[in-house]
Amino acid sequence: MNKLYTFLKYFFIVFWAVFVVAPFLWALTTSFKDFQSVNGGVTYIPWVDFEPNLEGWKVLIKSPAKGGVDIVEPYFNSLFVTCTASFISIVLGTLSAYALSRYTFKAGFVKNNDITFFFISQRIMPPIVLSIPFFLFLSSINLLDSLVGLILVYIVLLMPIAVWIMVDFFNKVPREIDETALIDGCNPYQAFLKVVLPNSIPGLIVAGMFCIIFGWIDFFFAFILTFTEVQLLPVKIVALNSSVTPWWSLSASALVSVAPLIIVAFIVERYLSKGNLSGAIK
Amino acid sequence: MDLVANNLSYKPDDQYHLKDVSFNFKEGNLYTILGRTLSGKTTLLKTIAGLLTPDSGEIEFDGKNFLKIPVWKRNVAMVYQQFINYPHLNVFENIAFPLKQRKIDQSIINEKVMDALKSVGLLGYENRKIQELSGGQQQRVSLARSLVKNAKILLLDEPLVNLDYKLREQLRDEFKNLFSKGLADETILIYSTTDPRETMELNGEVIVLDEGKVLQVGPAKEIFENPNSLKVAEISNDPPMNIIEAKISDNQIRFEGIDVEAPQHLNKLTEDGLKIGLRSSDIELNENGHEFEVELAEISGSETLLHLKRGDTKIIVSIEEVLNFKIHDKVKINFKIDRAYAFYADGKLASSPFGSLNG
Repeated sequence: MNKLYTFLKYFFIVFWAVFVVAPFLWALTTSFKDFQSVNGGVTYIPWVDFEPNLEGWKVLIKSPAKGGVDIVEPYFNSLFVTCTASFISIVLGTLSAYALSRYTFKAGFVKNNDITFFFISQRIMPPIVLSIPFFLFLSSINLLDSLVGLILVYIVLLMPIAVWIMVDFFNKVPREIDETALIDGCNPYQAFLKVVLPNSIPGLIVAGMFCIIFGWIDFFFAFILTFTEVQLLPVKIVALNSSVTPWWSLSASALVSVAPLIIVAFIVERYLSKGNLSGAIK
Repeated sequence: MDLVANNLSYKPDDQYHLKDVSFNFKEGNLYTILGRTLSGKTTLLKTIAGLLTPDSGEIEFDGKNFLKIPVWKRNVAMVYQQFINYPHLNVFENIAFPLKQRKIDQSIINEKVMDALKSVGLLGYENRKIQELSGGQQQRVSLARSLVKNAKILLLDEPLVNLDYKLREQLRDEFKNLFSKGLADETILIYSTTDPRETMELNGEVIVLDEGKVLQVGPAKEIFENPNSLKVAEISNDPPMNIIEAKISDNQIRFEGIDVEAPQHLNKLTEDGLKIGLRSSDIELNENGHEFEVELAEISGSETLLHLKRGDTKIIVSIEEVLNFKIHDKVKINFKIDRAYAFYADGKLASSPFGSLNG
């Protein structure tokens, strides 16, 4: 019985690992293939099954004039837009979440919960509904096809996530901790910065992770709100497609585009395994 | 430096949390706020600390309007019933926090923190994380943090209520030691509790609070001996004082077919609707006594609490022994009637064995 349990346990672990890792390995091998190796039947092992070449990767850094699709600039654009928008969203979102969690707001029938819901409702709307207003708004302030415009839009999209996660988190931090800080001589700002914030790092990390993921993977708004001046990675990757689907360069671009998220995941995972996320607040 | 409050009222919803609370606390004294849960004790302490602003009324400290001073400048200290510490700091940093906030020299901070650790018996724990400590130790840390500030007003909000029995006894003794050593002669110590025993042991000036109102103020002994009303008698006894509806005539107290000879301090009362109050410890088992039926018998520590019934009258008897009873057993009890209180129908004290309030 015990043996069966152990067997099943490892079976599922291995199964799941293969399920998760296999697509990456496949993309990795494919990225080194050329037309012939891709279309010549199923092959796995380089040098044995097929002759690897770097064409798929070279395309990504070659300028369009030389027949490539240069993704270096869009890559850094994407990094810049995602990080900036996430950072601003976390700062603003954390502050508003703290206010919503600790202070009572009332404007007619609108109360704290309604304001929190208003933030979340921004994410409930299908993006297509927002696309036209965003387009018109950005064009009216001349920020279409610009990094600043994209950052503004992403803040609108990401801040609700930050608010949502942080309100929930602050609600779980006992109010008495703030009160004790006040009694111990902190003014409200110091209480927030010295006591509440250091105890909210796990929440900040989770919120930051979500912001970065959602910002990084967005295709829709990047596609609609930019044309030629500024391009983000997801849009550029689509531009790789031509009459012949270039599986090798698509695979390579998939790998480089997923890399930042994997790095983020590893950092957060290390943090999680220290147990800091769960035990910070009793 | 006195802490004086006039007619404090606080009504955040449709119920008063504080109603016309006035007091005059003098420095160097211990005040106990006794009341059941939700009686407004925490609200009162938070109002004194400045965490809540009353709807009306005034608080003056040292002749200054206290309500105009924000919390962080009031120089108060507070210990909560939950063990509140800063989870991201270790024991030393927790206790040093209020001092660092005042930008005191590091060497003085070290000295003071060590002193505070010593006085709460946590020397050697300074590098521990808060989460590694037991509940009692956590509460000691927050006590140390409130002691280290030399605050003029020290507020303790049911500091022992979340601890288990043994720790509670131990910590209560330490509290008494700390308090009697005299924190500082200028400190006003305000201690809130639901436990009458704690009140008696601390033996300070007692403020009995119920539904936000002050019911009685006086030394612990006075509250115990002469509760001015039924409510106070209930609040200041654990288990609550037994209340028996009875009639007094011809020198006899009559209820449920029982006649007991009225003691001297009760035999002149003839009003209708009198209620006789008798502590559960003033009733004893006796072969020749009156028969009651057991509704429930609970053993707590070395005590047995018997919930008894006869007709419509229900009483609780505490016996300093562990005894086994079954439900519906018949027991015979005797009343130490010379220890009985009498209350008028409106709840006011009519007569007490220690001499009534009205002489």
